[in-house]
Amino acid sequence: MVTVPEIALDTVGKRYRDGTVALEGISLTIQRGEFVTLLGPSGCGKSTLLRLVSGLSEATEGSVRVNGMIPENARQLVSFIFQDATLMPWRTVEQNVGLSLELEHAARPLRKERVDQMLELVRLSQVAQSYPRQLSGGMKMRVSIARALVSRPRILLMDEPFAALDEMTRDRMNEELLRLRAEQKWTVLFVTHSVAEAVFLSTRIVILAAHPGRVAHEIVVDLPWPRTAETRESETFEEMVTRASRLLRGVQRA
Amino acid sequence: MKRQAWVVINSLIVLVCLIVLWQAIVTFNNLPPYIMPGPGIVAAALRDRFPSLLNSFWITTEEAAGGLVASIIAGIAVSMIFAQWSWLRQLVCPYTILLQTVPIVAIAPLIINWIGAGILAVTAVTFIICLAPIIANTTQGLISVDENLLHLFMMHKATPAQVLFKLRFPNALPNLFTGIRISSGISVIGGITGELFAGSTRVGEGGLGYAIIYANNQMETGYMFALVFAATVLGFSFFFIVMFCEWLALHNWHESKRTRTSE
Repeated sequence: MVTVPEIALDTVGKRYRDGTVALEGISLTIQRGEFVTLLGPSGCGKSTLLRLVSGLSEATEGSVRVNGMIPENARQLVSFIFQDATLMPWRTVEQNVGLSLELEHAARPLRKERVDQMLELVRLSQVAQSYPRQLSGGMKMRVSIARALVSRPRILLMDEPFAALDEMTRDRMNEELLRLRAEQKWTVLFVTHSVAEAVFLSTRIVILAAHPGRVAHEIVVDLPWPRTAETRESETFEEMVTRASRLLRGVQRA
Repeated sequence: MKRQAWVVINSLIVLVCLIVLWQAIVTFNNLPPYIMPGPGIVAAALRDRFPSLLNSFWITTEEAAGGLVASIIAGIAVSMIFAQWSWLRQLVCPYTILLQTVPIVAIAPLIINWIGAGILAVTAVTFIICLAPIIANTTQGLISVDENLLHLFMMHKATPAQVLFKLRFPNALPNLFTGIRISSGISVIGGITGELFAGSTRVGEGGLGYAIIYANNQMETGYMFALVFAATVLGFSFFFIVMFCEWLALHNWHESKRTRTSE
């Protein structure tokens, strides 16, 4: 039996109206359950790539398939997590998390049940009635994650979600993310600037080169699971980080 | 609490000083009451003619509030149309500035010609000058939503109505209130300006603007001062009511209404 890949990009290109080529000849297949991180210098089109997969923007060349469908039709499988928490300040935590269910006119009891579940999952039940301005940066990000998970996506697209956080919070959020993934088994396409973060989280790292954005290297990260804070102290972890950093520097120099 | 009490006491002291200064200027310069009445004469006029002053006060309140409320409703509607169709906004928006630049003193007699003197005409004058600040501010708030939030709504296949009422409108609330605050101040000016032209809006009586002209003609300068104070009180009350509504709507979530630090 041939399984349909969760995300399949075939010689994808993206050219903007002003003629800038953001992406060129990107071919990438992501199987169900993979955690793939895109690493690369600024301007390599990482975010553009996420937008193509989410269906917010269309490829000008090649094809993008999500679970065999064009991205626009696969939107209910996908959730997007942005760099900032982008919560709605006028809504309570609970109302923010329930947004997608509300937009899809889910019945109120179902909404309540799922939202409570999600808040428990990200350990924010006690602030359900708070407004975003009362939360710390890390808590806001957890709300944002809960909002993305409430629609029970199979695929998570994450665009530098922890970039605005301090390093300690970021590390904690990384561990939390892996804990959630162990329970929910989504496929993740993740964008970051941090090599250590990429190594810690991923099953595979794709290094992109810029101008135009294209795939330069792929690294399979075979660190053992489950990964915890101790993983970061292991020698293999450091070796992987060094290797990825070297490849990334090579791409930046070229 | 103690500090707030001090602020109140200090402002009262300033008020007393001002009244004393006022009386001193009148006494030392020997000013006749029809040029510059002292605070005592104004207070007497206020006391003696309180019922008719109150009557004028309510008429102006009706007109100013009516125009303001109408401009809020119309302003929100127009802004929503502008937010929904940007080409229409680009086409028409510059002309809403006309509303602001048109000298209301020149337009008021025209409106009275068209509608006929009366409360409705004065309300219309108020409506016209209140509209522009509300449209300008609300439109700004409706169109400046976070792009990522917009994407989030799109990914969940939100309808245009959902985007408008669940995202754009709440986002524009602080701007809307800024507009209303500006307009609440000028609504009283609009009411009084309208009355200056509309004259008596009911048989033998009129709003503050009408009463001011009347008192001026009768050389009742003391009563005129009392009327001006009444107009000021009206403007203040509008402003505070709007501030209160704003606090009510925003204090839970908006940074500007933050009462305590919580991080």
